[in-house]
Amino acid sequence: MSEQILECAALEPAVREAERLRAEKGQLFHDQIAASIYSRAEDIAKDVVSAAGVKTDWDHKIDRLVTSRIFGYPLMLALLGAVFWLTITGANYPSALLGDFFSAIEKQLTALFTLLGAPAWLHGVVVLGTYRGLAWVVSVMLPPMAIFFPLFTILEDLGYLPRVAFNLDRVFKHVGAHGKQALTMSMGFGCNAAGVIAARIIDSPRERLIAILTNSFVPCNGRFPTLIAIAMIFMGAGATTALGSLAASATVIGLVLIGIAVTLLVSWLLAKTLLRGTPSTFTLELPPYRKPQLLQVIVRSFFDRTLFLLKRAVVVAAPAGAITWVLANVYIGEISVLAQVAGWLDPFGRALGMDGIIIFSFILGLPANEIVVPILVMSYMAAGAMLEPESLGALRELLVFHGWTWLTALNFMLFSLLHFPCGTTILTIRKETGSVGWAVFGTLMPLAVATLVCLLLAQTARLSGLL
Amino acid sequence: MGRTNRPVGRKVSQDFYTIEQAGDAFVVALAGNPNTGKSTVFNALTGLKQHTGNWPGKTVIQSRGEYIHQGRRFMLVDLPGTYSLLASSPEEQTARDFLCFGQPTATVIVVDATCLERNLNLALQVMEITPRVIVCLNLIDEAQRKKIVINHQALENRLGVPVVLTAARSGEGLGQLKEEIALVAGGIIRPQPVPFRYPADIEQEIAKLDRLLPSTLPAGLNRRWVALRLLDGDQAMIDGLQKCWGNNVLRRETA
Repeated sequence: MSEQILECAALEPAVREAERLRAEKGQLFHDQIAASIYSRAEDIAKDVVSAAGVKTDWDHKIDRLVTSRIFGYPLMLALLGAVFWLTITGANYPSALLGDFFSAIEKQLTALFTLLGAPAWLHGVVVLGTYRGLAWVVSVMLPPMAIFFPLFTILEDLGYLPRVAFNLDRVFKHVGAHGKQALTMSMGFGCNAAGVIAARIIDSPRERLIAILTNSFVPCNGRFPTLIAIAMIFMGAGATTALGSLAASATVIGLVLIGIAVTLLVSWLLAKTLLRGTPSTFTLELPPYRKPQLLQVIVRSFFDRTLFLLKRAVVVAAPAGAITWVLANVYIGEISVLAQVAGWLDPFGRALGMDGIIIFSFILGLPANEIVVPILVMSYMAAGAMLEPESLGALRELLVFHGWTWLTALNFMLFSLLHFPCGTTILTIRKETGSVGWAVFGTLMPLAVATLVCLLLAQTARLSGLL
Repeated sequence: MGRTNRPVGRKVSQDFYTIEQAGDAFVVALAGNPNTGKSTVFNALTGLKQHTGNWPGKTVIQSRGEYIHQGRRFMLVDLPGTYSLLASSPEEQTARDFLCFGQPTATVIVVDATCLERNLNLALQVMEITPRVIVCLNLIDEAQRKKIVINHQALENRLGVPVVLTAARSGEGLGQLKEEIALVAGGIIRPQPVPFRYPADIEQEIAKLDRLLPSTLPAGLNRRWVALRLLDGDQAMIDGLQKCWGNNVLRRETA
């Protein structure tokens, strides 16, 4: 026994010296060792492998370009920008068409209700509450989704997303997180709950937690349409001109970049405080490029994503629309319940450059982020302005009527981007971490970040006299 | 031994690394990246004589199987498929710990001929731990279809270990592989992996640590490799090393 302790102690000087050296150089040794092995493997392979197939040669050439240090990021931005631009430009016309269509039907419905002699409250709940909510969701969110998802799926199918992860790996490692978090984050662009589950691919529990907790900082499919719609309305002036479309696209890209920046910043903070440790190395396989099957992509992304999300939005938005209408039309004394709650939330909302109704919509939108805007619109309509949201222009008028400025729009988008994840994602965090504590943290921490960002922005804008 | 939740200290490592029922058989480890046909090689060599279970203390599947070649028994241990031995996943740790402390008589590294470069990373890392290595260049049929030509002799020269070309799915080259395993395990061939120099500053630190390491290391571990892991800050490795150390001493005391 004593001999064992003696021998173990014999290892100590070397262990301590190594610790000292590492403290001096940090991650340098770890990276250098991995890099030396990889470059030797490359060297040997170059020496002994010849006449590599033509196809792989092409793959390599493209990979060099899309993952290069110089062109990697600009190319990423350009592709993302092209996708948003096509979405925004293309969504405008069908959106207006659908809006006209639904408002025509609404007139018929109203006529029908009058003909049957239905009471005013029934007309209110069914037509003004539920139907309008649904019409809004479909006419404003369907066209962007129907264009955005196929485009995004094509990028996925091409094999571009692993390259994005490869580009971002360096940055994630740099902030003390796992390189694979770039992948789980990319997944989060689709759905945050899926991104949280995808974090299983990260083996170290510390790095997995970081990936899980920061996943909701990138906009998911549920929030992209919201961001795109508001950007079109406010930043793109209805996106009716080429310049407007560009401005709206730039805004959405800016938001995505802010989301990624906050992901990195919070990951870094977590890695420095609550979840300390060294990042681990991994091999990321870049799969060969494949020709996407266009027809299949369009069909699949329409049915699997667009209709799925729309169904979810409709299923949640319909009752939410009815509830909103009821809340807005049930009076306690002089004021409606909606106005009452919004009144309580108003000081908080104002401090963040928004108002009480916006905050209330976010709270009601907890089950699914895609219904925040419909609830908001219905609340505003119930609160007085009798506008039919048949087009983006009318929607803009409605929002401006309720005191929206570009600052409100910006704060709204930032809050939507950074605030708590949706109910499904929160439940998923609880399941994946096995802890209520982390789920609560995963809810409150983003809320704190969103509050802080909006507060800073609103106060700075006010103090500097921009508003 | 009954299961306990109490940490059993040095006893654990012994269970962990010693393959039971090896008896007089040569223990041969089978390493390789995922999707290289490693399992096909394993199945082709061992046929139906397989056992599966978990590595003790891990949820990683352990498969072993036996075969007889020229009257000698060989126990083949299928290590989890990994891309490297550097990182901290349970699979990589299991594979590495077995190579370090299980002391296989020979190690076969299955390499995908269609993407040699990526596969060589693992091969080079294994060769740093043990010299008794045979590289099994698998999927050679697929490489031919993709018009990839690999200079067999040059690869052997660059690595310093025997390289066998196989197409495990059709059974091509497996007889040759068995032959090479027998030669290396029996000590008739002693592969000399080509030494690998790291950048000067790392080499300098390796030398420094080498001087600080005790004169003898357990389990016949490579000094240079231990120094590298210390420098890498591989805590799991350091822990394993200390455990194995106790184990070694335990054996000496009881002997």
